[in-house]
Amino acid sequence: MNIELRNIEFAYDKTPVLQNINGRIEPGQFVALVGPNGSGKSTLIKCINGILRVQKGEVLLDGNNLETYGSNRLSQKMAYVPQTEQKAVPMSVFDAVLIGRKPYIRFKPAKRDMEITADILERLNLASVAMRDVNKLSGGQQQRVFIARALAQEPEILLLDEPTANLDLKYQVDVLKLLGSLTRQGITVVMAMHDINLAAMYSRQVMMMKEGQLFASGGKEIFTAENVEKLYDVHVETIHKNGTVYIVPDRIHSI
Amino acid sequence: MKSTELVQDYSRYRSRRILFILLVFLGIIIVGMYAVVVGAAGISFGDIFRVFTGRGDPVSEQIILNIRLPRVLAALLAGLALSASGTVMQSLLRNPLASPFTLGISGAAAFGASFAIVFFGSAGLALFPWLSDQYLVMFSAFAWSMVSTGFILAIARYRGATPEVMILAGIAIGSLFGAGVSALQYVATDVELAAIVFWMFGDLGRAAWDDVLVLSLLLFPILIYFSLKAWSYKALQSGDEFARSLGVNAFRVRLTGMLAASLATAVVVSFYGIIAFVGLVVPHIVRRCIGGDDSFLIPASALFGALFLLLSDTVARTLFSPVILPVGILTSFIGAPLFLFLLLKGMGRGYWS
Repeated sequence: MNIELRNIEFAYDKTPVLQNINGRIEPGQFVALVGPNGSGKSTLIKCINGILRVQKGEVLLDGNNLETYGSNRLSQKMAYVPQTEQKAVPMSVFDAVLIGRKPYIRFKPAKRDMEITADILERLNLASVAMRDVNKLSGGQQQRVFIARALAQEPEILLLDEPTANLDLKYQVDVLKLLGSLTRQGITVVMAMHDINLAAMYSRQVMMMKEGQLFASGGKEIFTAENVEKLYDVHVETIHKNGTVYIVPDRIHSI
Repeated sequence: MKSTELVQDYSRYRSRRILFILLVFLGIIIVGMYAVVVGAAGISFGDIFRVFTGRGDPVSEQIILNIRLPRVLAALLAGLALSASGTVMQSLLRNPLASPFTLGISGAAAFGASFAIVFFGSAGLALFPWLSDQYLVMFSAFAWSMVSTGFILAIARYRGATPEVMILAGIAIGSLFGAGVSALQYVATDVELAAIVFWMFGDLGRAAWDDVLVLSLLLFPILIYFSLKAWSYKALQSGDEFARSLGVNAFRVRLTGMLAASLATAVVVSFYGIIAFVGLVVPHIVRRCIGGDDSFLIPASALFGALFLLLSDTVARTLFSPVILPVGILTSFIGAPLFLFLLLKGMGRGYWS
């Protein structure tokens, strides 16, 4: 299902956070939302999910306003992986991932709910720790549990708020590869990210945000030194290697 | 292939938790029968059987039907109510220190009871001659508990129903009512003071069939409501925004859950006084045994709390027989060391931080 953002505005109390955001995301797209801290990435993700209500403009899913979907039906279409999990609840990994089946469960999970959960655990290499306490897992495994829980919702759209924060390099790459494989199965992935090089490596569509506005958007060709300098107010240099462009802080100005 | 094995593993894990619940239930039946038999007046299992088949002698019939049985049922229902409320409060507020009294109910109820004792003690009976002294105190305790709860929920409505707001507001209100109780104690006569202090010891000796009936009528709908909302509570434990993304209205679910838990607690407290620690400790013990999944935790805690309170009360009745201790004292004596022990063992690390 496609996502269309039309003139979105959002403010906490009277402080505007998002202004005049327009965009379109096609099914199966891999979108990176980049921009400095406080630029409104998390807020935009929450607006797309309906966790926050836009004050002006609208979010359309397949051409229908988000609010026309009931909250339960919406949670069958779209899943959200928060930036940091509040204190993880002491429960088994299987139980935690099964929570993602909530939109389909009235009181007791059906066999099908358990099968889907088991299948996802298998796919995400979590089967061996399925009966362990979530709290006993490493940070990278926990992040995979939260992604698994979102996948248990069988969503068409997956929204993630900095899924690779707090992870070491290996897990960062693991998570991004996993997300990439999901887009190949037709799931739309929208994620907020800080690492522009990793974002450039894995995403196919980029939305750059600055001070609550869409600064630039397009394919990854918009990752230019000029754009990144303006976006973050830092001096950068580019390194070309094997046809890929890497953007790093300028040594002379940074040190 | 391997995922079907995983489903089987998980099904076994679910069965184990159901087994835990059944064992606790079995424990309740056994301890319940023992509690009817044990006590100052000698009753045998045979007497129970004869009374229930209508062939008992009048004395044992009187003791079993009008003294022991209501007391046993009251212990079970009060334990059920306090533990279920405590579990739900801890889940809804994502706080291991939450208890049925988090919204200031113990302080408010104590204030209500003291208020009735001091101001309406004898005057109240002249004003409301159809009421007994005891009912007046009960109503006042309940009314003030609901005032406290309503006030905090109103603050939450205005200021946002975050756990922080509710817990801090509960602490503030609790200390306000605590000061109120002290003030009333200061102006009270000796007799009134004794009545206040006596009320504050939670005591199941006040149990009678009327309140057992009221408790069960109120409690069962609330327990069913909690069980139906278990999936929402689980989602809420992972954060409000995540819960919203699962279609849970965090604000509404939290407010109604807190209201239901406080209602159940307030009724128990106004009937039997303040029974500490059950609602705080039991959820932790059970969470340690079967994990934090509310679908199992809520019913298991409720039953375990019932068993715990019944055991405590039975010990309280028999420890210095024929002297009967108020169970409110004993729950703290048993509960506090147990709680410290669990803390030292570092239970649920991560859940505490």
